[in-house]
Amino acid sequence: MLPNKFCSKKINEVKLAKLLRGEIHLEKEMVMSTQTAPRSKRQGWLHTAGKNIMKHWQLHLLVIPPLLFFLIFKYYPMANAVLAFKDYNVIKGIWGSPWVGFKHFELFFENPLFWTLVKNTILLSGYLLLAGFPIPILLALMINEIRGGRFKRFVQLVSFAPYFISTVVMVSIIMLFLAPRLGFANIAMNFFGLDSVNFLGEPGMFRSIYVWSDIWQTAGYSAVIYLAALAGIDPTLYEAAKVDGASRFQKIRHVDLPGIVPTIVIILILNVGNVMAIGFEKVYLLQNPLNIANSEIIATYVYRIGLLNANYSFATAVGLFNSLINLVLLVTVNGLAKRITNNSIW
Amino acid sequence: MAASAAVPQKIKESVGDRIFLTVVYTVLILVVIVVLYPLIFIISSSISSPAAVTSGRVWLWPVDISFKGFKVLFSTHEIISGYANSIFYTAAGTLISVTLTIMIAYPLSRRAFFGRNVLMMIITFTMIFSGGLIPTYMVVRELHLIDTRWALLIPNAIWVWQVIIARSFFQSSIPEELLEASEIDGCSDMRFIRSVVLPLSKPIIAVLVLMYAVGQWNSYFDALIYLKSADLFPLQLVLRSIIIQNNSAGAMDAMAMVERQQMAELLKYALIVVATLPVLVIYPFVQRYFVQGMLVGSVKG
Repeated sequence: MLPNKFCSKKINEVKLAKLLRGEIHLEKEMVMSTQTAPRSKRQGWLHTAGKNIMKHWQLHLLVIPPLLFFLIFKYYPMANAVLAFKDYNVIKGIWGSPWVGFKHFELFFENPLFWTLVKNTILLSGYLLLAGFPIPILLALMINEIRGGRFKRFVQLVSFAPYFISTVVMVSIIMLFLAPRLGFANIAMNFFGLDSVNFLGEPGMFRSIYVWSDIWQTAGYSAVIYLAALAGIDPTLYEAAKVDGASRFQKIRHVDLPGIVPTIVIILILNVGNVMAIGFEKVYLLQNPLNIANSEIIATYVYRIGLLNANYSFATAVGLFNSLINLVLLVTVNGLAKRITNNSIW
Repeated sequence: MAASAAVPQKIKESVGDRIFLTVVYTVLILVVIVVLYPLIFIISSSISSPAAVTSGRVWLWPVDISFKGFKVLFSTHEIISGYANSIFYTAAGTLISVTLTIMIAYPLSRRAFFGRNVLMMIITFTMIFSGGLIPTYMVVRELHLIDTRWALLIPNAIWVWQVIIARSFFQSSIPEELLEASEIDGCSDMRFIRSVVLPLSKPIIAVLVLMYAVGQWNSYFDALIYLKSADLFPLQLVLRSIIIQNNSAGAMDAMAMVERQQMAELLKYALIVVATLPVLVIYPFVQRYFVQGMLVGSVKG
């Protein structure tokens, strides 16, 4: 028998590992021999499950609080989403309120705002996807070209940093830089003899401001995933390319890029799958009465109608519509990717 | 290494390659400037004099260095209370989140854990579909959490992505042999977690703590929808009201009009610095943990 050291409080990992390497075979055999007898009897899975739960009751107990969290804060709201098919009545509560079928969905589809909201949502995230998706890849490929340690680390450190700036601070920075009179951008433009522009008041500028500030903030962060994929490429491929006399550019084109295609596909699936789920937080903060024509998206509309105007049922219907579109998109893109490239997220 | 450095006939870069590299370096230096410039500009502005800031005399380095902005900030009740609240939410929220995440991620990493796949499906499904804003709000209201500190700590306590990261760490880094050996010795699962799993999992715990802490420190949305009393507001929400909604009156009642407007501008810069500095100061030291965390996650996909 192994000494009872395993459970002693001051467990020494190294000693433990050494001990194990020497004696583990013996122990395994012992386990086998003691377990063969009961195992020969065929048992129903229910019985096995019961035995497993009994044996590992502590693990099962451990899982209960997190599981409750998911049931209460994730699944219960899904059930609550039936609100979309009811007329919410405060006194009767969600389950007592009368059913109204697809009334709220019809109201939403007939609403003149419907197409504006869908258009704004898709244009904003489409723009973000088109501009924001390739840039981290390019950045990673460029960082990967640098062999010297210091500069490489410095570039990564700096480009990653804005990721930690909060949305509120990010929008504050945008507002300070683009302020109509005292903002940096306008002072610079005046300096060069150009007229001031109220950037945030121009509906046409809203999407560009959103997208490019987002790229500024997250490109370095997103590049890390591609850098990891690049680091995983088989070094013999580079050697072969070198022997064949490939230039740096050819190496990128024929070794680097094919090597990170699986990663690119997965990130693309995730991004396309989230087209309708574009973040509420930043759009809401950048909104103002002047740019609202382009900046009102489904998520901000749900907030306004639901929480500010307390029109719960209607807002739930709009939100549910959004979630469903998103789910369908994700499943479709995933299926397509699976068929075309054999890469998928499930 | 040393040998290859000593050999002089290392293959020389071709002209094309050298041009290519020059372009790469130039672009990357530009990237660094574009990222760093706004950050330096904000820090410089925050320690310049109010007049210099409003007249646009600050370009890169501080002009007429003064710490007036910070002095006013730290004598404003709203900001002190926002700061204290944020520290509390970050500490308490991180503790709760990390504990809950490990509680579910570890059992999910055990091959013999019954119901493991079903549980994993239950959890990952919440990543691709949700009930939506209003139904979630209703649940929080039903539990009487609205306008309490709990509303910021509980409803978003577990991030599925973190569970996946932690689970793949446990799966790959806790040797199966340790478990077998301890089971033979009659070591209970709890005991095993306490004496073997946790001591071996310091890197992943560091990642979880950092990610949750930054997330909690930076978040404002939950506070926006669940809190009503100003004395519960985290710093981010105070920031939003002062900078984005331009309500800086509380900070300086008794000042002359011009001075007040100049001060309002300066305060914005100082506030940004105060709200971001804690994160950006520790960031260079913990960056590798973040990168590690992302890599652990991406291995499993």
